[in-house]
Amino acid sequence: MPQKYFWQGNIACAEGAILAGCKFFAGYPITPASEIAEHLALRLPQVGGVFIQMEDEIAAINAVIGASWAGAKAMTATSGPGFSLMQEGVGYAFFTETPCVLVVVQRVGPATGQASKGAQGNFMQSRWGTHGDYAAIVLAPNSAQEMFDLTIEAFNLSEYYRTPVIVLADELVAHMVEPVEVPDKVKIIERRKPRRLDESFFGSKNPREIPPMPEVGSGFNVLVTGSTHDERGYRFTSNPEVHRRLINRLYWKIEGSAREIVKYEIQGTENAEIGIISYGCTSRSVYEAVERGLKQGLKLIHLRLKTLWPFPDWVVEEIADKVKAIIVPEMSLGQLSREVERAVHGKSRVILLSKVGGGELITPNEIIDVVRRLT
Amino acid sequence: MEHFAVKYLRKERLPSPFCPGCGNGIVINCFMKAVEELGFKDLTQFVFCSGIGCAAWIPSPHFKADSIHALHGRAIPVAIGVKLMKPHLKVVVFGGDGDIAGIGLSHLIHAARRNIGITVIMVNNMIYGMTGGQVAPTTPEKAITTTTPYGNIEKPIDAVKLVVEAGAVYAARWTTYHVVQLKNSIKRALMKNGFSFIEVISQCPTSYGRRARFKSAVEMLNWFRENSIPISKAKKMKMEDVRGKIVVGEFIDREEEEYSEKLHKLINKVMKREN
Repeated sequence: MPQKYFWQGNIACAEGAILAGCKFFAGYPITPASEIAEHLALRLPQVGGVFIQMEDEIAAINAVIGASWAGAKAMTATSGPGFSLMQEGVGYAFFTETPCVLVVVQRVGPATGQASKGAQGNFMQSRWGTHGDYAAIVLAPNSAQEMFDLTIEAFNLSEYYRTPVIVLADELVAHMVEPVEVPDKVKIIERRKPRRLDESFFGSKNPREIPPMPEVGSGFNVLVTGSTHDERGYRFTSNPEVHRRLINRLYWKIEGSAREIVKYEIQGTENAEIGIISYGCTSRSVYEAVERGLKQGLKLIHLRLKTLWPFPDWVVEEIADKVKAIIVPEMSLGQLSREVERAVHGKSRVILLSKVGGGELITPNEIIDVVRRLT
Repeated sequence: MEHFAVKYLRKERLPSPFCPGCGNGIVINCFMKAVEELGFKDLTQFVFCSGIGCAAWIPSPHFKADSIHALHGRAIPVAIGVKLMKPHLKVVVFGGDGDIAGIGLSHLIHAARRNIGITVIMVNNMIYGMTGGQVAPTTPEKAITTTTPYGNIEKPIDAVKLVVEAGAVYAARWTTYHVVQLKNSIKRALMKNGFSFIEVISQCPTSYGRRARFKSAVEMLNWFRENSIPISKAKKMKMEDVRGKIVVGEFIDREEEEYSEKLHKLINKVMKREN
């Protein structure tokens, strides 16, 4: 029998992590993500896991990296300022193929901004935050249930693709208290481990290879480095070919699997005239607006992104082919809207509906107003 | 006959890329001698973590062992992640003064405060060597570096004193001149159950010595010899007489319950209560 709980989003996230097999959490207190750390401080020891509060977010992400190489499913949770501090570590985890999960609960920024108020200003940061070429997997929950489900999904993707995965939540979703169903059976993916000592731990000639990952202390003499390295882990600080081979493999093992990774929901009619694209807390208003609009005879289609990165260009393009305009409501001055604009290739108008500050949600009425002006 | 240390090294990665006269070779030699004298046939019980800088290249890729060459300044938190998941392993951090006492200083203090059972070996060449000789938090006063062309007006940091105050159970300072003492200290540090720290004052003839008017690495080693005073003697001296000298010796050697042991005891207790 599936169990039903009444959980806050952040608690659901922590419980999802436990179910996914997370055995290590390192973090630093920050609003509005602290409940994840607090709950895991309580829960991890119960399942034999390690919780540690570090001296800052930089230490937190790096401890997570160390624990991951020691064989643990490891995670941290933070918000904008902490995520900014962790960026170098995100790049390191990507480049060394270190699986780990970062939960980022968005708040109003930049700088300290409005610490306890929700926003959607980290959309681009979650994709482009670290320096250099990089491919990101970023998931966006819109309910307490998805804080649970997508945290498990994040661990699975992270272990499978051997890469950091970000759960980009927001204050509203993280602090909402809602019913959460915990299913009897959940699919859990474990990282592939090497069987022989002479295997390559950092790729092969296969351009999409996801190499097996040894854990330290088990006799593999693994060489992990954040410098450009070859298949054995040897450092090559100036060879162009070694860098191209490595970065292309790391990039394409994720971007080349976009269609397997990406998840989304569609709401509305086939013969729609207006499209709406949303994610996270904002999508809750869009669902309501579209439901009302359809009843009123408006021809609407709503694409709700559960995966933000890789960005589902092909889905957006398909909608752009049908509709005359796409509305992008978001709690930023325009980040998702820019990506939608890129993906539609001019096939449709893209209209940004933006609201920032104080954690104020975009309301269903405000969305319907824009739709009405367009029809 | 093969050199005793070769069995612990990745032969195919030798010779090392270090400059002629660099102190890193002496540190490797002392470390491996300590390992051998402690009876380790190989390095399978060890995990090495290092950050960025010349000293960070000591284990990576030269040691035939697991090694994590981490971000600049972040070797200690990475080592903590490893140690907490695998407390039975000997986790050793190699780093330069910039890595450990500059950008990563807060991690050093907090690791000592928590008394996490890792060994940190800070190779202090008093300069940012890899980037071309910029002033470091350890550079002596008045020294000419590429970013202090008129002389350094800052006082160098005393990292040993800092970790002693923070809660390390073992802390020592030697120079690359004091090879036997250094080797013995490494042995002691590796067998210590708790946070242990060794500072090795080392010569960088390329980026420090050249501008400080040392003609050779040997001249720098002689400077270390002449300028070092044992801690027992320093304690009896006036503060102003000690300034500018290298105080060497063991600064602390005590016992206190180690962090990962304490943590796993707690986890076991909680798990028992749950079941």
